[in-house]
Amino acid sequence: MNSSSNVLDPRTSPTFPIAARATLGDTQLRKNVRHATEVIQSKRARVVGEMPDWQELRESGRQIREHAMANLDYYLEEFERNCIRAGGQVHWARDGEEAKRIVTALVKAHASSTSPEVIKIKSMTTEEIHLNLALEAEGVRVYETDLAELIIQLGHDRPSHIVVPALHKNRQQIREIFQREMNLPDLGEKPQDLADAARKFLREKFLRVGTAVSGANFLIAETGGVCIVESEGNGRMCLTLPETLITVAGIDKVLPRYEDLEVMLQLLPRSATGERMNPYNSIWTGVHAGDGPKNFHVVLMDNARTEVLADGEGRQTLNCIRCGACQNACPVYRQTGGHAYGSVYAGPIGAILTPQLQQLHHAQTLPYASSLCGACFEVCPVKINIPEVLIHLRNKVVKQKGALNPEALAMKMAGAIFQSERRFRAAQRLGRIAETPLVRKDGSGEGWIGWLPGLLGGWTQVRDLREMPKETFRDWWEKRGSHGN
Amino acid sequence: MLHSHRRSVLQVSLFITCYNDTLFPETGKAVVKVLERLGHTVDFPAGQTCCGQMHWNTGYQAEALPLVGRFVAQFRHAEAVVVPSSSCVAMMRDHYPKMAEEIGDRKLIAEVQELLPRVYEFSEFLTKRLGLKDVGAYYPHRVTYHASCHGLRNLGLGDGPLNLLRSVKGIDLVEIESPEQCCGFGGTFAVKNADVSSAMLAEKTTAVLNTGAEACTACDNSCLMHIQGALHRQRTGVRTVHLAEVLAGGEEAGL
Amino acid sequence: MATEVGSIDSSAARTEVLRRIRAANKGAAEGARASQQWSQIPRNYLRAPSLSREQILDLLEDRLRDYDANVARAAEAEVAATVARMLAGRGLRKIVIPQGLDASWLPPGFDFVVDDGASSAELDGFEGILTASTCAIALTGSVVLQNVPGQGRRAISLIPDYHLCLVRVEDVVQTVPEAIARLGSSSTLPTTFFAGPSATADIEMTRIKGVHGPRFLDIILVG
Repeated sequence: MNSSSNVLDPRTSPTFPIAARATLGDTQLRKNVRHATEVIQSKRARVVGEMPDWQELRESGRQIREHAMANLDYYLEEFERNCIRAGGQVHWARDGEEAKRIVTALVKAHASSTSPEVIKIKSMTTEEIHLNLALEAEGVRVYETDLAELIIQLGHDRPSHIVVPALHKNRQQIREIFQREMNLPDLGEKPQDLADAARKFLREKFLRVGTAVSGANFLIAETGGVCIVESEGNGRMCLTLPETLITVAGIDKVLPRYEDLEVMLQLLPRSATGERMNPYNSIWTGVHAGDGPKNFHVVLMDNARTEVLADGEGRQTLNCIRCGACQNACPVYRQTGGHAYGSVYAGPIGAILTPQLQQLHHAQTLPYASSLCGACFEVCPVKINIPEVLIHLRNKVVKQKGALNPEALAMKMAGAIFQSERRFRAAQRLGRIAETPLVRKDGSGEGWIGWLPGLLGGWTQVRDLREMPKETFRDWWEKRGSHGN
Repeated sequence: MLHSHRRSVLQVSLFITCYNDTLFPETGKAVVKVLERLGHTVDFPAGQTCCGQMHWNTGYQAEALPLVGRFVAQFRHAEAVVVPSSSCVAMMRDHYPKMAEEIGDRKLIAEVQELLPRVYEFSEFLTKRLGLKDVGAYYPHRVTYHASCHGLRNLGLGDGPLNLLRSVKGIDLVEIESPEQCCGFGGTFAVKNADVSSAMLAEKTTAVLNTGAEACTACDNSCLMHIQGALHRQRTGVRTVHLAEVLAGGEEAGL
Repeated sequence: MATEVGSIDSSAARTEVLRRIRAANKGAAEGARASQQWSQIPRNYLRAPSLSREQILDLLEDRLRDYDANVARAAEAEVAATVARMLAGRGLRKIVIPQGLDASWLPPGFDFVVDDGASSAELDGFEGILTASTCAIALTGSVVLQNVPGQGRRAISLIPDYHLCLVRVEDVVQTVPEAIARLGSSSTLPTTFFAGPSATADIEMTRIKGVHGPRFLDIILVG
């Protein structure tokens, strides 16, 4: 179903400016993204506005997550102990490849050997490592059961948002996909018709398929429990009905104690979908006789999260609870949609998480995919200072690129100019001289520049630049000085 | 008519900012005019250059660090420093303390801590330091206000600029749709991600044009330069004008 | 080829990941210190009720109605009659019930079957499920079920299309923290929170009901 060219892989994705140029040309996409982000944002604003203790929740949320990361080894071991005691099995994976090998082995051990199938709950962690491709390569049929993921899968598409992965599709597009892939030529157009079609299509799989793969919203160290937060009920189906459940979780999903859920279960639904509580939360611990899977496996995956943890200024990125509020608030994401970021993590969180997970070998343009407006920081339920991390990553990219490229040389020169009043004034004079050939007078006699060369050319693509005034402020001040005040 | 709560004459030091000095001297002149009209005196330390924001935000932190000490050296004795650029003040407030830590100079760390509370963005100097809304301005034009991101989110300017504008005689102030939405300038972002910057700008200019305003104002010429660039390219006839210039407007004000 | 599950040995990975974490955190974490730090995390959000009991019940009802659930109130003695009315109102007869459900709640004239490990396909043949509940959260309109007598295993309140759920008024709390506190002593039991019937917002952000999970939900507030 998925071809390898159809996954978002930061190692091969085009740079953000190039990818954005392509998505900016898709008016349907831009309309859908604008509509979707506006709807969630206004819902979020309403339910957050109801909470007199929202800022207190955010502060506790931040500290809980920070504390969890600062004691991550202790809590992971505690989780493992408690999960095993309750009948679960815990596996560890250093990276995505190892996680895929483990999951594949588990699936083949438990699923039917003639025609292995799994049902899946939406999990960005499994998308991150391209798990479906690995399973399919081993002859396993994978059925996504989250409506958005189903739309993505049947449409041979890629997720564009952490919480609402098919946000870039409207109902007509979804209808076309379902008509074709579910063989429903008379399918109605209303969202209810589409939901009903998905229900029928998936129900027989829920009642039949014996192995499920999930992610996790939270791993609770104190109890060994796992919490999954969802809307449609496909999660409950996958977590309860099959004989075998395999949960893939980044090591950053840990919460210290059960009590911490009281904060997260308030922050997450209001931030993610603008609801006071999402329709279903499931919490289970290991294996429970007669209720749910007989075999329960958790795969704890690193995949460079420890690298992020090691970066003093970048590690707050791991506090993320995957609500997607930053994406909804971001004026850049609003224009480009998620695919332009070339990774399953898009928008502001993607701009800081993806480059760090790639250890800056890839995705170096993502930290620059931001105007630093701060709207993301304002809505982040756990107060990740995304603009600060963006600037920090830009510094790392600059150091990586070294001093001998045009931008670095220009910046070094500008730096030297700013360190001296004499050089600064000289540069001002020089600028005025240099721009003269580019200046044209407009209708009101003002001088404007319509074209700039080289690195600055991006400005004049759609903007004019007014010519430099003949007299700088300090020239004026000095002249006036003789008249005194 | 001036509802001033001032008790004394202040000696205000102006940090014009590198780009205002070079490209928008009118804004600086307007700041001086307003402050003098309110009875304060203005000085201008001649050695000032740049706060370092462009370098810092683009990732060239090594080049930005020396500018901290330079700023402190220029302004350490100022009674109050006024800056007609909210992004520059945000730069200093958000980053100078830890930049000084990174430099590791104990004296500098202390001086930064001591100086920053005396550094104000222009509108917040008027509204918070001086407690004013009416500064005796006259500007008989239809104007709309764009809330620059750093002023809004980093400095928490809130309704301050709008309160100043509402008190301007003769003004026809119209609200813009989504004033808090970023205009797309973002410093070097405007050039490094020109396409996206343009798309964001298109929404902002549409919103400006929909107000029917003659001019769009803000606390930052960086935003205004960007917005004006498109308004001019499209030959809309709509202009941008810094808040200081609106407030400097007197009976002779024109566009 | 089936792979032996036992051949998956991630102890090397475990050692390495823990080593990396300790290197990143510049040292190993330690239980007592972690516990102490955890206790010092400020929690200045609302953790106690601010409304009266009546207001809390009204709020719960309000929120449930928002989710298109029918809500009825009944004194203990009226429960069976109320159950009868609600089932009849929906035209339903064949209802699965968990073991340990209060028998006095069951009206005559309906086909109540006690769950005894029915398969998923068998559960799919029931028209509805009737359960008690552990607690309910008024602020969010949530109801919580756990695997205890009267509420049963998770599958039975998942597969049938209709869920009639009884909530005792003394089990209704105002805030999420109060609910979590109540659940603390049974935190390892399979637990399900639901807020309204199944829904999705994945199509143009309009909330559509009823993808999987019961599409119809009715609540009786008892007491």
